[in-house]
Formats: sequence, C-alpha cells, structure tokens
Amino acid sequence: MAVERIREIHGTALPVRGDDIDTDRIIPARFLKSISFDGLEAHLFEDDREQLPSHPAGNPAYRSATVMLVNANFGCGSSREHAPQAIRRRGIRAVIGQSFSEIFFGNSVVLGMPCLTASAETLHALMSAVERDPSTDIALDLTTLRATANGRSYELSLSPAVREAFLDGSWDATGLLLERFEEVEAVAARLPYVSGHW
Amino acid sequence: MPATLLHKVWDAHAVRKLANGQTQLFVGLHLIHEVTTPQAFDMLRARGLGVAMPERTIGTVDHIVPTLDQRRPFLDVMAEDMLSALETNCREHGIRLLDLASGHQGIVHVIGPELGITQPGMTIACGDSHTSTHGAFGAVAFGIGTSQVRDVLASQCLAMDPLKVRRIAVTGHLGRGVYAKDVILEIIRRLGVKGGAGFAYEYAGSTIEQMSMDERMTICNMSIEGGARVGYVNPDQTTFDYLRGRSFAPQGDDFERATAWWSSLASDRDAPYDDDIEIDAASIRPTVTWGINPGQSVGIDERLPANADPEALAFMGFEAGQKLEGTRIDVAFVGSCTNARLSDLREAARIVRGQHVAPHVKALVVPGSQAVRAAAEREGLDRVFLDAGFEWRGAGCSMCLAMNPDRLNGREICASSSNRNFKGRQGSPTGRTLLMSPAMVAAAAVAGVVVDVREFAGAEVTLGR
Repeated sequence: MAVERIREIHGTALPVRGDDIDTDRIIPARFLKSISFDGLEAHLFEDDREQLPSHPAGNPAYRSATVMLVNANFGCGSSREHAPQAIRRRGIRAVIGQSFSEIFFGNSVVLGMPCLTASAETLHALMSAVERDPSTDIALDLTTLRATANGRSYELSLSPAVREAFLDGSWDATGLLLERFEEVEAVAARLPYVSGHW
Repeated sequence: MPATLLHKVWDAHAVRKLANGQTQLFVGLHLIHEVTTPQAFDMLRARGLGVAMPERTIGTVDHIVPTLDQRRPFLDVMAEDMLSALETNCREHGIRLLDLASGHQGIVHVIGPELGITQPGMTIACGDSHTSTHGAFGAVAFGIGTSQVRDVLASQCLAMDPLKVRRIAVTGHLGRGVYAKDVILEIIRRLGVKGGAGFAYEYAGSTIEQMSMDERMTICNMSIEGGARVGYVNPDQTTFDYLRGRSFAPQGDDFERATAWWSSLASDRDAPYDDDIEIDAASIRPTVTWGINPGQSVGIDERLPANADPEALAFMGFEAGQKLEGTRIDVAFVGSCTNARLSDLREAARIVRGQHVAPHVKALVVPGSQAVRAAAEREGLDRVFLDAGFEWRGAGCSMCLAMNPDRLNGREICASSSNRNFKGRQGSPTGRTLLMSPAMVAAAAVAGVVVDVREFAGAEVTLGR
C-alpha cells in the first residue's frame, strides 16, 4: 500500500446537530445486509432524513461538503464500520465534533478520515456560519491543529499518536503491523493460552 | 508494582511501541461473524495478504440467521450471500466455523464463553461492540470495525491507544426482582452514555463478586452503552468453576496451572485507578428505559425526569413527569447477547409459568445459542413458554437489531431484554424499545403493559437468587 499522508483538508461543510447520534441512525442495520460497502452513502442518515425533511444530509446545499460538523458522542453504539464508510463515501474527508465514540473514532482513522475535537463554542460558531452560508469554506490543518473559516481561526484537538499517524501516513496500519512479525510470534509464544504450556 | 488486570494483560500482549506512540497489541482471540467480515477478507485479497494465525480466529453466524426457518438456502437472498461468504472465507483460510450444522452456533458473545473459548487474561477482538461481554472472565475484550478485522486477520495485532481504568464498586444485596440488567442500566444512567470514553470499566465490589458468570456477562456486555469499549470483572473461583470442563478450556493438570496464571492477573489490592466510584446495590430498582439511548432510564416506581430530552419524548410519545408503569406494549422480546443465556430464560419462565401472554402482545423467546436452546428444552422451559403463548425460536441476534425477519412494525412498542433503544434499532424506523430485565419483559408480556415485576409476581414467587 502506498503511504498517504494527510495534512490539510478544506472545503464546504455538512452540519449535523445533536448529541449521541448513534451508528444505527447514521446507517440503519438493514443496509448492512451486503457483502460490500458499495452504495452505502445513498442510505446515510436515511431514517432521520425520512422523519425530518429538513435534515441537512438531504439538503442539496450541502451536497458537495467535504467536512462534517457534529456535536457530542457522535457515532456511539454499534462498531459497524459501515457508518464511517457511508460518511466517507459521501465525500466527507474529515469530521469535527465535540466528542466521538471510541470505536467510531478508530474506524474513521483506518479509513484516513480524521475526527477532530473542538469546543462546544467552536462547533456552535462553525455550524452557525455554515447554516447561514453553506458555501463557507473550512480549512483544517493537522500540523497546527487549527480550523479556519471566514478569516477566523479555531483550535482543534487530536491525540498526538493519531495525529502523527495521519501526518506520517501510518494510519493504514496493516503494513506497519506486519513489519516485524517475529516479535508478534515471540509475544504469542510467551502466552500460555497460545503456546499450550501452562 | 501493583497493577490492574487491564495493565497486566495489556503488558503481556504488547508487541512494541509504534513510532506514533501507539502500542502494537497482540490479539489472542479473534471472533468473527457474517456481518462485519466479508469486506475484510476482500481487502486481504486485494492486498495479496493471507491470514497470519488462522487457529486464533473462530467464526459463527448470528446477526442475519432466521430464527424460524433455518433451511439453506435462506429465503433472504442477501442473508444467504453473507453466510456463504463467511463459509467460503473460513474454508479458504482454514478458520474454524461454528455454523448452524455444528450444534454450537449462536450469538458470538454467548458461544465464546459457553464453549470455554473465552478465558481470563486473553485479549479478544471482534467486529461487534458487545465484545465487552467477554470481559466478565477477566479478559480485555473490545469491538473493532471491519478494516481492523482485516488487520487482525493479517497480523493478529492492532494499533491501540492506552486506556484508563475506572473501578465501579457495587456493594450490598440487590432487592427482590432486581437483576444484573438493572445494575448496568443504573450504572449507565449515573455515569452517562459517554462517561466511559477513554476508560475500561472494572466492575468490582461484593454485589459483583457474588454474581454468576451469566450475570457478570450481562453487566460487561453493556459497558459500551456507557461509552466504555472495555469492561471486565477480575477472575475468581466463580470464573474458574464456570470454565472447568468446558471443551476449549485447559484440561486436567493444565487447568490447575491455568488457574494460577489467571489468578495472578487479577487487579492487585492496591492497584492505582484513574477513577473510582461506589454504588449501593440496595438503591437499585427494576429499571426501564424511556428514551432513545440506554442512559435514559428510570426505576419502575419513578417518574420520567421533568427535564427529559424533548427529542426522545417526542419519538417515544411520552411526557415528562409520567410513569412508565401501565404503558401498553405490542411486542415482548427475550433475547440478545445481553440476556439470552439459560439463567435469563429460567427467570423469564418463572414469571410466565401457568400464565398467558396478553392477547394483543406478540411475544418471542430467542435463545442465545443452540446449546442454550437445547439446555432449556431439557428443563422443559420451551413448554412453559409455548403454553404461555410465547414463540420459541432458533438461536441468533434476532430482534435486537432486526437484520433477520424478526422486527417491529410501525410505531410498535417492544419490551425488550436487549441492549439498545436507539431510534429504529428493532427494524422499524419509528419502532420504540423499552429496555428491561428478562423478568420484567416476561411480566409485561403477560400483563400487556409495563408492570413492576415485584408486584406482578406474587410474594410466593422467588425472583433472582
């Protein structure tokens, strides 16, 4: 696999307000009945959009968004990677939120889609700006951990290890994990339940 | 230096520190099922990679299996495709698959423990968030996504950030009609659905120590609903007694030596914790959720909070300040990786014996595994349920997430022993879920409305242990 370094992302944004938006809402379980991830983006927030015709994910003004803005505990619930897959396949390349569920966060990392955290005030400011003018451009820089919109700069945060993984391209960890397989075998051999030597 | 179980197990499985600061962690047991793995095997093929340690992965089929007609090919073409893909992938890579014909099939978090596959001191990963269930044995077990399933298949490792540990001590005696399910719902209500982010939850205290393995599994299962990816209980004599003689557990003298190793992994008495809280068991009541996340719950004799989330109230059709008792239900579901083990079925059967499901209620019991189903039938529990008007089904995840034909219709309300009350979770986008213990589900099925199981079951009926 070629190493893809991820440093800057910019574009318009899709604001999805609300705390505790779970992965069943992001992609209802009936759409998991497939042996591929193809086409999942068509069903992103499908039931929410059905129940709330003004849902931003159904609003053509946000169609070309590359950044998603969310509130707290986004992606809680099921470990289905189908949730970040549906978001990524819709063209979103980074998510900014107050907080993320850990499994969703990890699943997004391995897709090369950073989930950055910001304060409630920052999210409120960014969401309001985007709702007022959907053509508002947001620029993210993982080196400086800043987001810029309408000439204003906002502070973001991301765990140092994960930030480093995006910057050095090691977010796709398969190759890295296979690098020194003899060390993996050595750890396995020391574990009684693996070796059978109780 | 004194340490927690989490740190001891973590250190025993750490391969190396990666350049970015994460730990490369060896995964000792990888469990797979049909929903979150077909893409992972495809990714392996696309990268020209094989499975590094096929003997460390075990598969079963649970999410999409029909619980009525299990003949192959399944009537649902997509479900058949998913199962076929799992069969092909397991065959091709030499992975053991406990399929419908094996007699060992069931929900992955039920069969791992009951076969003795799950053991203390393991790191366990599975493409399913309820993998935390296995922590009941003193394993470090957590859910992962499909790309991480790929990584585990390819390397038997994951890149992980360290976790903090919060000790949750529950002490004292649970009241009559109060179960492990009520304990975990209470913990989530107190700490919130995101309170566990960044933490592993260590469940301790006299209440937890006195619990059976089934009960501990119910508690650990729902750790993720509190935001904690990992939940565990230190292994003790209850753990060892459960494991002794199970087919995948160490046998003979090995078992005694294993017990010594397992014991050494328990958190030391003076281990440092990042946080610690105490809960008085006597304060916990039969608990029911009223909202759209598992933290939105009340004791059955309490009123909904005055400041209840308006979005949740609107979706559920409830009002702030009301009680849930008397809420008419349409469906009763006893099942899921939270509460579909033999002891859960026994508790539910105790309530419905000699009674009948209310005429307007559709009630079903979905055992967690083929083995649970067979054991229940040996005790005659199937007759108890069938005579009471319940449907008695084959094993699987069923109406917990409705990826098979079992689902709610329209705005139906379901009294459910499962783990999630998210909008649309049980298959109808507008369907409504009330989470509660299996005994409370059974009582609601008979009454046709939500009731307090303590009053519903006369004083002569023993509830719990």
